[in-house]
Amino acid sequence: MASSSTPLETGAQGHAHNPNLQHHFYSMSQQLEASTLGMWVFLVTEIMFFGGMFMAYIVYRITYPEAWVLGSHHLNVGLGALNTGVLICSSLTMALAVRSAQVSSRKGQIVNLILTIVFGATFLVVKFFEYKEKFEHHLVPGPHFDMTLPDAGQQQLFFSLYFMLTGVHAAHMIVGIGLMLVILTMAIRGRFSSEYYTPVEISGLYWHFVDIVWIFLFPLLYLLGAHLAAHGG
Amino acid sequence: MSDVAHTQDSYLGPPYGLGAWLLTKDHKRIAILYLISITIFFAVGAMFAAGIRLELLTPKGDLWTSDTYNKLFTLHGVVMIFFFLVPSIPAVLGNFLLPIMIGAKDLAFPRINLLSWYIYIAGAIITLTAVFTGGLDTGWTFYVPYSTLSSHTAVTTAAVGVFITGFSSILTGLNFIVTVHRMRAPGMTWFRLPLFVWAMYATSLQMILGTPVIAITVLLVAAERFLHLGFFDPSLGGDPVLFQHLFWFYSHPAVYIMVLPGMGVISELVAAVSRKQVFGYSFVAFSSLAIALIGFLVWGHHLFVSSQSIYAGLVFSILTMLVAIPSAVKTFNWTATMYKGAVTWDSSVYWVIGFLGLFTIGGLTGLFLAAMGMDIHLSDSYFVIAHFHYIMVGGSLMAYLGGLHFWWPKMTGRMFNDTLAKASAVLVFIGFNLTFFPQFVLGYMGMPRRYHAYPDEFQVLNVLSTAGAGVLAVGYLLPAFYLTYSLFKGAKAPANPWGAKGLEWTVPSPPPTFNFESDPVVNEPAYNYNPGREVHVG
Repeated sequence: MASSSTPLETGAQGHAHNPNLQHHFYSMSQQLEASTLGMWVFLVTEIMFFGGMFMAYIVYRITYPEAWVLGSHHLNVGLGALNTGVLICSSLTMALAVRSAQVSSRKGQIVNLILTIVFGATFLVVKFFEYKEKFEHHLVPGPHFDMTLPDAGQQQLFFSLYFMLTGVHAAHMIVGIGLMLVILTMAIRGRFSSEYYTPVEISGLYWHFVDIVWIFLFPLLYLLGAHLAAHGG
Repeated sequence: MSDVAHTQDSYLGPPYGLGAWLLTKDHKRIAILYLISITIFFAVGAMFAAGIRLELLTPKGDLWTSDTYNKLFTLHGVVMIFFFLVPSIPAVLGNFLLPIMIGAKDLAFPRINLLSWYIYIAGAIITLTAVFTGGLDTGWTFYVPYSTLSSHTAVTTAAVGVFITGFSSILTGLNFIVTVHRMRAPGMTWFRLPLFVWAMYATSLQMILGTPVIAITVLLVAAERFLHLGFFDPSLGGDPVLFQHLFWFYSHPAVYIMVLPGMGVISELVAAVSRKQVFGYSFVAFSSLAIALIGFLVWGHHLFVSSQSIYAGLVFSILTMLVAIPSAVKTFNWTATMYKGAVTWDSSVYWVIGFLGLFTIGGLTGLFLAAMGMDIHLSDSYFVIAHFHYIMVGGSLMAYLGGLHFWWPKMTGRMFNDTLAKASAVLVFIGFNLTFFPQFVLGYMGMPRRYHAYPDEFQVLNVLSTAGAGVLAVGYLLPAFYLTYSLFKGAKAPANPWGAKGLEWTVPSPPPTFNFESDPVVNEPAYNYNPGREVHVG
């Protein structure tokens, strides 16, 4: 958050002036509360955003359970599980980065943020190989889709949702990594301390949210085939 | 605007220059940026409307081809809804007033506020690109499978434009919610908030909950067209009705996103012109939240004739009628406020009364459409067109203009010609009724929407409607002249030209950059016109 250069400091009575306090807030705690609430509200909009796709998923899954089993079997559960683990680790390092900022440990912030970025990048690399595999097996919807598959049209619907859900999720990961690079730069410059750690905290909220979306996507897309096959849909 | 005289530290004062305005983080300057942009889009949308009305002057489709006509009504809808009505009151009046009304120096996130304007402009430019690269002929509703499989126009571009613009709306809503929660001045309790702020809060809730859904929906349409993913394609087993559900999940609440801010404006104006506390303050406040809540549960009334189950239809029909309750609470309370009030016959009263009349007609005809049997007859007819124009144009636009006049002295520091303002309000009221009342009759007689030709027997009413549109145009053009004139030649506005209550009237006109010279403390309820008779709530 840019420091303010305004002459107006009337709002800061009773508080030692902190250069990170923006002019329109009375206190650092008001600023932290506002930023945190802002991020939570933003995450609500994200839930609604993914919600539209989950709605489509639910409707078609109920309508075409067989195609969903067939489609799910094409997904690589091993790679999906690996990515789930990678993201859970990244959430841990993210939480540790926030903790490091709160206890004013610059080194802890830098190490944990770098680890978070590395885990995020690993996720995307694995995702890339998964997409590549789908492309090679003609499972990407469109003119190249393998129409010899059973229930090909409905499976194409499954893969449309698969690519849309995981694609939008991956886009969020990329944004998240960009965000982490910014936070990392600020951390290296020593911007955060127990006095001021708002950006680390709210970026962390975003990061955890993106992880949680994946925690939903993994069973719904990858494990569903096994589940439905075992319990007869 | 830089030659407006102002106090030393007015927000219109230094720093001058385009750069200082385009990079400003001041909510008041951003409001002005929005004001200029939405006015331009209103003019663009009005041009498309003029094209529609001119075509309908004669029964034969002789002015435009049917393809051109399809593009005209589509672009009229897209521009007016996404680029004028949705941002109008929140982004202009809300941006300017909300922080001042609650005693804050700015919105909680000034940079996000500026970002939302840039996102709006980016979305608008992309959508306008669609106009010049093949147009758009799907109707503003983008219904599949026509929009994904058949239309040869620039659907993908327009969808991306609408998708981007949605985020501008989301960020505005987010900013307002956090601001109302966290930025209120000491003593400004929830039940001392001006009703405009309550309305903005309710609108913001709808913006943040609804807009993401339309964003993902148009993104799915764009992906279906562009990447050949199939979500709604019946040949793959996809369900076009699912699109309608997702679309209206936002687009019905969007109606309230457009009208709730108008209701907030009217609450302020009613109190100011009647010199009375708004009758039943807490009822009016909670009715905004009730409209926001129920508004999310009624989208299915757009699907009465789209193969929706009859039981779902029944539930949606009942829920839709429930919206009439909080709407009526507001209308009755406004009327009760004016009753025995010391009504001053400024131009503001004209806009208020115009709003009350038009909104009531719009609301009552909504009940016709909520009744399923009636709706089967009226669906997709001009009755529907007339109904929603009464709400959106008669209601929201009238309130927007009323609010713009009411706060114009505050925003610009100049007084406008009140007589011309009254003339404008009367012209808009007459022109509006002349334009749209005949359309109720046309719709009832069976004239369908979205056709460029019609049987001869409908001509008289259509001529009346087009003539009314001409009167309406004059009514809208007048303010453009006398308000602009006031910027240069208008008398200097005092801090409180209308003798109204509210923190915004305690600061100079135009307000200083940081709104208040000293941090405000609030120790009285809203609209405390008669301190002896104050009503305590909450």
